[in-house]
Amino acid sequence: MNPGIPFILIAALTLSGALAAAILPNLVHAALSLVLAFVGLAAFYFLLGAEFIGLVQVIVYIGAVAVLIVFTILLTRPAVAQRGDLNWGGVLVAIAVMSGLLWALARTALPANATAAAPMTVMRVGQTLMGDYVWPLQTVGIVLTAALIGAVVLVMEEDR
Amino acid sequence: MNGTLAAVLAVSMVLFSLGLLAALSRRDAIFMLIGIEMMLAAGNLNLVAFWRYGPQPELLTGAMMALFAMAIAAGETAVGLALVLAVYRHRRTTQVEKLNTLKG
Amino acid sequence: MTPWIVSHLFLIPAVPLLAAFLIVAMGRARRAAAASVAIAGQVIAFSLAVCAFLPTLSAPGWRACSNFVWFTFGDIPLRIGWLLDPLGAAMLLMITFVSVCIFVFSTGYMAEEVNFTRFFAYLSFFSAAMLGVVIANSLLTLFICWELVGLASYLLIGFYIERPAAAAAAKKAFITTRIGDAGLFLGILWLYSRAGTLLFYDHGHGCIEPAALAALGGAGTFIALLIFCGAMGKSGQFPLHVWLPDAMEGPTPVSALIHAATMVAAGVFLVARMYPLFSFGAVNGITPALEVVVWIGVITSLMAAFLALGQSEIKRILAYSTVSQLGLMMVSLGVGGLAAGIMHLISHGFFKALLFLGSGSVIHGCHHEQDIREMGGLRRKMPLTFAVYAIGMMALSGVPLLFAGAWTKEAILDATHRWPVSAAPYYLLVAGVFLTALYMTRQMIYVFFGTPRKAAEHAHESPAALTVPLVALASCTLLFSLVLTPAWPWLEKYLTGEKASLNPALLIQPGLFTALLVVAAGIISGAWFYRRAGRTDPLETAAPALYRSFERRFWIDELYAHTILKWSAFAARAAALLDRYVWDGAVRGIARIARGVAEFSVNCDERAVNRCVDRGCDATRRFGSKVGGWHSGQIQSYLRALGIGALALFLLYAWLA
Repeated sequence: MNPGIPFILIAALTLSGALAAAILPNLVHAALSLVLAFVGLAAFYFLLGAEFIGLVQVIVYIGAVAVLIVFTILLTRPAVAQRGDLNWGGVLVAIAVMSGLLWALARTALPANATAAAPMTVMRVGQTLMGDYVWPLQTVGIVLTAALIGAVVLVMEEDR
Repeated sequence: MNGTLAAVLAVSMVLFSLGLLAALSRRDAIFMLIGIEMMLAAGNLNLVAFWRYGPQPELLTGAMMALFAMAIAAGETAVGLALVLAVYRHRRTTQVEKLNTLKG
Repeated sequence: MTPWIVSHLFLIPAVPLLAAFLIVAMGRARRAAAASVAIAGQVIAFSLAVCAFLPTLSAPGWRACSNFVWFTFGDIPLRIGWLLDPLGAAMLLMITFVSVCIFVFSTGYMAEEVNFTRFFAYLSFFSAAMLGVVIANSLLTLFICWELVGLASYLLIGFYIERPAAAAAAKKAFITTRIGDAGLFLGILWLYSRAGTLLFYDHGHGCIEPAALAALGGAGTFIALLIFCGAMGKSGQFPLHVWLPDAMEGPTPVSALIHAATMVAAGVFLVARMYPLFSFGAVNGITPALEVVVWIGVITSLMAAFLALGQSEIKRILAYSTVSQLGLMMVSLGVGGLAAGIMHLISHGFFKALLFLGSGSVIHGCHHEQDIREMGGLRRKMPLTFAVYAIGMMALSGVPLLFAGAWTKEAILDATHRWPVSAAPYYLLVAGVFLTALYMTRQMIYVFFGTPRKAAEHAHESPAALTVPLVALASCTLLFSLVLTPAWPWLEKYLTGEKASLNPALLIQPGLFTALLVVAAGIISGAWFYRRAGRTDPLETAAPALYRSFERRFWIDELYAHTILKWSAFAARAAALLDRYVWDGAVRGIARIARGVAEFSVNCDERAVNRCVDRGCDATRRFGSKVGGWHSGQIQSYLRALGIGALALFLLYAWLA
């Protein structure tokens, strides 16, 4: 089975968004392209049957992460012209890594068809999270709390 | 290279490389963070794809892993951006090339 | 099917222990909370003890233990456990009940005390340790709790730490009992090396079960005697009895709980617990170990009874009577009256706690005067205290029929009478009973009769917190006799594991008349002899030398001071001299040689080694500054290097695969 039309469209959306986010000189434009890439990713999750994760992707990445990035840009960026030049050494390394990865993918035999399974309902996700994964869940909660406190402490005004 | 899984993996690899490109070659710390986010998202896509095409999708293992990775990524972004803000407040810049106090 | 409580017996000591920690954590300001926590802990322990008591009623001689591996030492597992049998269950009930009474009493008695919370923490800690001794199914756990009991006793005797006498008494108690414990510890080691286990009962493999005892052979007697050393120390048996009267420096509730009712009974309990070891291989009920126990008990009992006659401090008289009664219990165990001894131990726990708390009430009423010569005529001023004290006194003296102490004492005399080795212990014990009645009458006359002397003039009855526990203990002393009479010897049969039957005809025994006669003689002669009790003791006027020897406790303390203490001081001085001149000289000589060697090696170092090292250091430094140049401080160049490295690894892996 070859990937269908929707797949190709979504892939094009995601990758072009990501490419723009990586190379656009203006930071605000880059952040908005990043949102585009994230939307594409969410669509991928829907395509793969992980609707819940797709929704979480929209909420967390677009609703929180991207907005945070935009906030930071606005807080740190006085309207100064951007130096949009790239470090070509970095570009070369990135291309080398990509070709290495794609070469490995081409050499690997992969299962072509998805195994049939019950749909991933929110109820199942909830039961799994509260069952087998209850300890990781609690731990993640603690990590997030720690990150919250750490972020607040980092940006607090220092007493002079 | 055939089948949906391979295609998804290819997309995730390209996405990862674009993230790497942003992290390695842009001069702004915020771009580095954007790149790191993209790499993490690519990893997540891998996890979900392997879960879907793995032998036991009813266990939800990969999906759960992706969920937790998202939570960690959100925390990481918050702390990273707070670091950028703190650095900016001290040095009035977010250009990583100028942050070289730790030069050997 | 073992009941739930057996595997959870540890809860009984754990609750008071928890209470102790809680009290310490609460701080010294929360007095009411500390007392409530301590009492609540005791009440819970008491209820658990009742839970533990019920299953032991199900069948005669019922016994259950719950063993588990504590930790593994190399490949040798160390196993400990909990044991529940009639002996332990009866002890648990007695200890927790008396503790509750004494804790309540303490809230009133110690109300003015600054370190009120610390006192309750110590009391709870003590109670936990004592309960641990009782439930232990391993000589090792028993020993650990035994030492904790010693520690609690030390802390509580020295509770008024600012008084030098209290501090000295605490040290004396600790060190004296430690001498006995050294013996006990040796006994434990020996037993372990022979039997390979310290569990008491382990379904036929325990160290006091027949199989292990048979393997001990001749060593059994010596092990038993070493263990008896520990019992002698804890239970104040001659010649280690000297600490117990001094321990009266502690607060009165402590004297009641520890140095009368429970801790000193631990020695007797230990002998009872190890009874199979003491009596193994008995011919006609006699073994060498048991004979030693009998004679030590007889000596202690009689000697302490004499000494009590010459004491003038209210608590000290009771302390000597405790020593005397403990001797009596030892005799009983020694002659084979195991049940009689334990029965006396339990009833003694009740009435001695009653007497001590009664004396505490008297002391409280007389504004902390402890000298009986300063009291007198208190029966009108403190009627309730007088009534309960009289009950306690009659129980201790062994007035027949009504009082718990009488039946148990009679049982002991009966057992002693039947001892085949010698008739002497019997007659000596009868003399002891006479003396007990005599000195208790003396105390009663001095404290409660006659005209009020100095301290008694402004005496007053004590508040309810003091009198309620007194009444509870007094009624217990009376009611307890119901299960002790020969007509229905329920407790005795419970302990020996038989079924009790009611037979009123057995109530009247020939021993009863002997006891009646002896006790009546003691009380009447006491009443006559001390009818004119005043500042000077009538015995002092009648026989000054005799009285003086009683008052000075037969000069045993002085004997120790002039022999053992002096010898050990001499040995210490000799060791110091040896140390200073012989060993120090040798050490200095070696030091001089070492210094010569050191100087030589310093020279070698500076001339040869240092130069090489310096050169190496220079090279390292030059290399370091060159490598340090690579660190541009550019985070992205690091990242790029990382990416190249990862790629290289990846290619290497691909090439290898």
